[in-house]
Amino acid sequence: MNAASVKNLSIAIVCIVLAALIPFVFNGYWLSIALTAMMYIALSTSWALFSGPTHYISLASGAFFGIGGYLVATGMSDYNLSFWLMMAIAAVVATVLAALIGMATLRLSGVYFVIFTLGLAEMIRNLVSWVQNNFLGSRGLYVLTDFTEAHIYWMLLTVSVIVFALGWVISQSRLGFAMRIIGNDETVARHVGINTAKAKVLLFMTTGFFAAIVGAIIAPRYSYIEPNLVFSPELSFLVVIMALLGGMHRLWGPLLGVIPFTLIWEAISIWLPNFTTLFLGLTFLIIVYFLPNGVVGLLEKLRARVAT
Amino acid sequence: MNTARTLLETINLTKSFGGLVAVNGLNFSVKEREVVGIIGPNGSGKTTVLNLISGALRPTVGSIQLAGQQISNKSAHHIARNGVARTFQLVRVLPGLSVTDNVMAGAVFGRKRLWKNHALNHAESLLQRVGLEDKRSLPVSSLTYIDQKRVELARALAGDPQILLLDEWLAGLNPSELQTGIALIQSLSEEGRTIVLVEHVMDAIRSLCHRCIVMNSGQLLASGTPDAVLSDSAVITAYLGED
Repeated sequence: MNAASVKNLSIAIVCIVLAALIPFVFNGYWLSIALTAMMYIALSTSWALFSGPTHYISLASGAFFGIGGYLVATGMSDYNLSFWLMMAIAAVVATVLAALIGMATLRLSGVYFVIFTLGLAEMIRNLVSWVQNNFLGSRGLYVLTDFTEAHIYWMLLTVSVIVFALGWVISQSRLGFAMRIIGNDETVARHVGINTAKAKVLLFMTTGFFAAIVGAIIAPRYSYIEPNLVFSPELSFLVVIMALLGGMHRLWGPLLGVIPFTLIWEAISIWLPNFTTLFLGLTFLIIVYFLPNGVVGLLEKLRARVAT
Repeated sequence: MNTARTLLETINLTKSFGGLVAVNGLNFSVKEREVVGIIGPNGSGKTTVLNLISGALRPTVGSIQLAGQQISNKSAHHIARNGVARTFQLVRVLPGLSVTDNVMAGAVFGRKRLWKNHALNHAESLLQRVGLEDKRSLPVSSLTYIDQKRVELARALAGDPQILLLDEWLAGLNPSELQTGIALIQSLSEEGRTIVLVEHVMDAIRSLCHRCIVMNSGQLLASGTPDAVLSDSAVITAYLGED
């Protein structure tokens, strides 16, 4: 291991320890914001594992997240199954679904892929709602556990650390190199011998897996779950905006988008509750006009300017 | 030449796009260590033939065999791993990657499947081979046209292909670059590489190709040595029209 990677690893460990200590320092309101931020860190970072190198913008996060939350709620509320078992089942279901979506959408690119994933997520939401309303009687489900906010926070932190570790491993692997080539030119990728379909589907399955795990972990926080709450299209958009705001060409990019965005979002929700959508749009404009490579891109540009 | 084994063979190769038959019942073969040129007027189906061989397109009818194995039913990445590498008519470098990484792409995923330092060393030696050793750290987008073509060639060579497909690799070069380019391909041929090239530059065809096939409207019009086919009256008519 060289000096640079020792330094990076040390920084990572310090950050993880600091993040792990947050529940001891803050509680109540600030812990709840930290929890939300940690949820989006896990979601945006895992989303960017696929969308960062390929530039395929997926709006299906809400569907995978919803599967996590909804299956945990159904299993615990209707069948008395354990939280952990349902989390595992949800992860498997979401991963299989991601594989199917991935294979179905391989030939789609650009805006077609975006619309397809959004439409699919909406379809799943409506389908689950319909089944719930017509066949399963009750409309909502209760998720009652002994987890405190701190527990949920630590679980999400663990997931985030795993996402980062996996992201690093992928970036050092043939798969990571393949994804960079695919992002540059898919035709060239195929002609140098990369199974582009396999690489893309694998990464897409990874994002589905993690979104479902996060949805499952978050379920106990809500206590009461109904399909429209967990299969939220807003969540899909927030994940995308935060990752773009932070910058997707670095593994830690989305992190720098999630933290400021969550704080501002919270502040607006309190003071100007009707303006959150406006803020979402404004952020998007800022990204398009001023931060094409996100906060990370801006930092790198400033650093380059200082260096010269 | 005749004793060498046949490396590539197309049998009744046909490709139609809707009503347009771009390649029509083409039979030809390429022997090991041979340089074969595909020439013909614009729109005669030359690039389509390369696209069929490399797997970018699937034939409508007919088949392609590489070293006795059918490849025409396989996808492009399988064909690349089996040892077919290509360059593109409109040069396709990977703009977000360094020059070295561009070439490593071929080394990592091609027939060789090298990784880490092996791939890096291989890429560096190929950069030297094509004359880019002092430009390896530049961004690809800052390279001149011929240098981008060199990157593409090095990437294709990095996979150690059994057969190299060059789609108008010499087009768009100025006269002195053209001489450099021809010499480079000549040296690959002397190394024993099997090459199929689509080309409009007749000087290059004459000096590089052992054999030529001439296409017109998707069909094989003539084949033989460059001198023979270029003086063939049917070929001249196809290029210049009847008077």
